[in-house]
Amino acid sequence: MGPKEPIARILSLNKSYRRGSQQIRVLEEISFEIAEGEFLALMGPSGSGKTTLLNLIAGIDRADSGAILVGGVDITSLSENELAGWRALNVGFIFQFYNLIPVLTAIENVELPLLLTGLSKKERMEHARAVLDLVGLSERIAHYPGQLSGGQQQRVAIARAVVTDPVILVADEPTGDLDRVSAQEVLSLMENLNRQLGKTIIMVTHDPRAAAKAHAVRTLEKGVLT
Amino acid sequence: MFAFKIILKNAFRHKTRTLLTIGSVVIALVAFGLLRTVVSAWYAGVAASSATRLVTRNSISLTFPLPLSYKDKIRQVKGVTDVSWGSWFGGIYINEKNFFANFAVEPRSYLKLYPEYIISPEQKSAFLSDRRGAVVGIKLAQRFGWKVGDLVTLKGTNYPVDLDFVIRAIYRGRDKSTDESQFFFHWDYLNESIKKAAPDRADEAGFFMESISGPLLAPSISSQIDAMFKNSLAETLTETEKSFQLSFISMTEALLMVIQLVSFVIIAIIMAVAANTMAMTVRERIGEYAILKTLGFGGPRIAGIILGESMVIVTAGCVLGIVLTYPAAHAFRAQLGAFFPVFNVSRRLFLFYAAASALVGLVAAVFPAWKAIKTPIAEGLRRLG
Repeated sequence: MGPKEPIARILSLNKSYRRGSQQIRVLEEISFEIAEGEFLALMGPSGSGKTTLLNLIAGIDRADSGAILVGGVDITSLSENELAGWRALNVGFIFQFYNLIPVLTAIENVELPLLLTGLSKKERMEHARAVLDLVGLSERIAHYPGQLSGGQQQRVAIARAVVTDPVILVADEPTGDLDRVSAQEVLSLMENLNRQLGKTIIMVTHDPRAAAKAHAVRTLEKGVLT
Repeated sequence: MFAFKIILKNAFRHKTRTLLTIGSVVIALVAFGLLRTVVSAWYAGVAASSATRLVTRNSISLTFPLPLSYKDKIRQVKGVTDVSWGSWFGGIYINEKNFFANFAVEPRSYLKLYPEYIISPEQKSAFLSDRRGAVVGIKLAQRFGWKVGDLVTLKGTNYPVDLDFVIRAIYRGRDKSTDESQFFFHWDYLNESIKKAAPDRADEAGFFMESISGPLLAPSISSQIDAMFKNSLAETLTETEKSFQLSFISMTEALLMVIQLVSFVIIAIIMAVAANTMAMTVRERIGEYAILKTLGFGGPRIAGIILGESMVIVTAGCVLGIVLTYPAAHAFRAQLGAFFPVFNVSRRLFLFYAAASALVGLVAAVFPAWKAIKTPIAEGLRRLG
């Protein structure tokens, strides 16, 4: 499945942080589009602003100026509560360190985002089982994160990210904490999600092998897209 | 249901810390409960007092007696339906540690005035017909293992006489607030003994008790009685039984205020303990709250999870506190029952426990919840690594 119409438009995005009296510019006049069904890799050296850009697109950080349109909605104009609701419906997150809730089992972690939908308990469990099956963990649904390997935890995190059928998946160094075999499994899984289910994926990575799975690679240098 | 599961699992994630916090809440609530019960016990005499009973004493002080002859004049006041009298004997049973209230009364009129002392007709009759007879409250009898027919000697302190008694009756209180630890006996028996040992102190009463035909008459009857003895050698002060009891309490008012203040300081302390626990918890989990926010959980839901955890911990402490208050009060009563004859744990206290716990749970969660909500997601995620 090839790239289609733009699902996200980033227009003149600027972001800076204040450290003491110093203003540090992290992103400068970033503009680009992401097509629906695209698998985009964002690369660049540490401190180049990759994660900040990802966070802005995912609506978990605020830009100083510019606009981010996802599915036609300018998320920079949404209030905190509206943004939270928007994230619940439109974005799936995959983190480097999995970020599962340790007191919940695999299936409970996957069920978590579904609590914000109107689904019944039975429907939530059906959805959660289905995606855990999709990531090959149907035998591990009652395990706690501490009882799973890193690769398995990341697969649970991927299941949690896709269970609400979001518009885009954002992944921040999804293989950064995994051994080569587990990393390969996770990347294959993401590739399948993109190819078979048409999920738009934006992935921040340092790993050239991970970037090789993407349709397109954009590089950030000192906050500027090259 | 799912949210409650998260709250419960979170609450007992650090078992030692949670159990210590619950323990602090339990200790604080039980201490609060005992202190409040002490305050109530202090006012037990006031609670038990009747609006249709007056007490007349020497206007200088209760330690100064009144001539017995006053009783006939008081009886003539319109509205007075009955008069009794008595004297504080202050006798010691074996040694001073065995303190209890003991006084001489005119038995027939006294029992008529105090129908809240429930005595069987046989025992009442035996008491009235035996001049050396004494009536004791059931709690006092249990304390010393006394039975009807036992001989008891009290060494006089107010009077230079030691008196031997035969326990003829054991009374029970009609109400929960009735003091069941008193010892009273025939005033005539005391008077006769004094006539021999200290004749100049005979035929005197420590106080008179009057029943009146209606509570609204109390002010005018009190004034009339006191007016009758104005400018005499022993002027009187007549007041309602409630005022009489309150006059005792007013002597210890500062102490009572301190006890009340301490009881509320205890609540403030558990607020600080619970708030500290919740602050530590939220600081440790700020990353997890960031994950929940990333998934779309808004501020109210995050606050609900934190408030729920705080409430679970405090409610566990509250329930245990309620359960343990009874044995604690029992132990307290066993040790200090002589000073607090009416030491009943009020059920209303538990409503206070619930209200205090709800307040503590709420206050403890407010600042941590606010911090969890206000911490930017990106900053929270950075804490995770």
